[in-house]
Amino acid sequence: MAEKRRWSFSTVLLLLFFIILAVMALFPLYALFLASIKPSSELFRYGLNVRLDFDVMTLANYKAIFAGEGGSTHYFSWYKNSILITSLFTVICLFLSSMVGYGLAMYNFKGRNLIFTLVLAVMMIPVEIILLPLYRLSIDLSIINSVWGVILPFVVAPLPIFFFRQFASGIPKDFMDAGRIDGCSEMGIFFRIMIPMLVPAFGAMTILQAMFSWNNFLWPVIVLRSTENFTLPIGLASLLSPVGNNYEVLLSGAVLSILPILLLFLMFQRFFIEGLTVGGVKG
Amino acid sequence: MKQRKSRLKIGNSQQIAPYIFVAPFILSFIIFFSYPLFQAILMSFQSVLPDQVTFVGLDNFKKLNNPSFYKALYNNFRYTIYTVIVLIPLPLILAVFLNSKMMRLKNMFRSALFLPALTSVAVAGIIFKLVFSELDGALMNTFIQWLGFDSQKWLYYPGLSMFALVVIATWRWIGINILYFLSALQNIPKELYEAADIDGAGVFSKFYKITVPLLKPITIYVLTITIYGGFAMFTESYMLWGSRGSPQDVGLTMVGYIYQQGFQYFDLGFGSTIGLVLLVITLGVSMIQLKFMGLFGKED
Repeated sequence: MAEKRRWSFSTVLLLLFFIILAVMALFPLYALFLASIKPSSELFRYGLNVRLDFDVMTLANYKAIFAGEGGSTHYFSWYKNSILITSLFTVICLFLSSMVGYGLAMYNFKGRNLIFTLVLAVMMIPVEIILLPLYRLSIDLSIINSVWGVILPFVVAPLPIFFFRQFASGIPKDFMDAGRIDGCSEMGIFFRIMIPMLVPAFGAMTILQAMFSWNNFLWPVIVLRSTENFTLPIGLASLLSPVGNNYEVLLSGAVLSILPILLLFLMFQRFFIEGLTVGGVKG
Repeated sequence: MKQRKSRLKIGNSQQIAPYIFVAPFILSFIIFFSYPLFQAILMSFQSVLPDQVTFVGLDNFKKLNNPSFYKALYNNFRYTIYTVIVLIPLPLILAVFLNSKMMRLKNMFRSALFLPALTSVAVAGIIFKLVFSELDGALMNTFIQWLGFDSQKWLYYPGLSMFALVVIATWRWIGINILYFLSALQNIPKELYEAADIDGAGVFSKFYKITVPLLKPITIYVLTITIYGGFAMFTESYMLWGSRGSPQDVGLTMVGYIYQQGFQYFDLGFGSTIGLVLLVITLGVSMIQLKFMGLFGKED
């Protein structure tokens, strides 16, 4: 029997409604892209607009950023730093948090509830409160102005721990006993049996943590002191300086900075949504 | 004999293994959380200069009695309340629509609404600084002229600035919250709705009697991150007005005030004191939440 898809009046109404919403969501990104292929003099004269004026369109803003003009000398160092920090952060964060979340979910041990309560406490308390002492601590540990300074304080994150714990709670403990009977060590069970079962959770968390790291601002702006060590968001913000806004490189730089995370999202999208659905907060 | 020995070893390791698994958290908690937290409390009673740390009692707390601090506090409360009002009901209803049988092209719309979340606050800030620019031809002014109003200097007045900040938050967060609600909706057994259909329940009574109660845990979670984000807001304001602050502090937030005092005036003691107030507020909010709603709908 052929599937019948009737388009009722309410379906059309819903579709129209969502088309308007989607346009509103994508409009600012479109405006940014359009502005990036127009000379910045246009921007100063008319403001951010969406006039399609093919005569003035140019790739000059992109040429400028590749030539390192207008304060963008370090743009590609920032790019490199961002990629390095995001990759290291995401890999280490997922590895350690999945371990902790798994340990909390699968074992009964003394202090388990206390540790889980502490995880929730760290989740509830804004890290912004401890910025100043953390800044002094990173000077003392000599990780200030370095990649590790950005990564280390936040790499064991409460949110993915909580998420992995939720996800692992849904896995029957029989798998562990089967592994033990086969002579697997406790670590072996985690690495060989559990990690493959946690793949959807890893997919969801890869995107969330990479997004967090790629877009992170407050801590990096404090811990990274020299221009060549900046990450992309900090670098872009530094182009918006009071002495003169370098809109040519700002706009093309902003557009280029979205690409890697967009690519990652497109690659992991399926896992992302699947993982959220299975591991979502249960009632 | 050999058999028994190996079983003993496994038994042992089963005792120790959980502690190895949770060790990263314990280490990180001690070094990067409790120690700095302790320091923050200590520093709030000190005057901290590069070479000289002196105990100043409650001086830092007395300094809190100033207009900038009240402005920051007021801005944070307003921003948090507005974002909660917008970012809970709206995504919930949109998720229900997206999940309905009548809807088509679900995945496409879900992705389209999620895309803004991929941009950093820095990029969003650059875009919306231009969108809310005072120039007549800028997007927001073009729009309100079309509606018949005069151009506005958006980022100079408290109400308009708050509007701009809430628009940025909505734009960046709505897609994420829709995903959270969608994931919870897909976990609701279809039988519940079928049973309700048999009982002759209408669309609205199904929404209030089935959907809303079963979404309670995820709603509490989304509420928590929204409140947290509201009180911790900083970067949006930093991007719109720059590191030197906004006219008459229209965009000053508590974290912005910590940043200003700690990293621009190097008054680490006072900066920590502001942090303590933020701590007390967030703990207070968490307590209220725990009392009235339970913790993520009570885990096992």
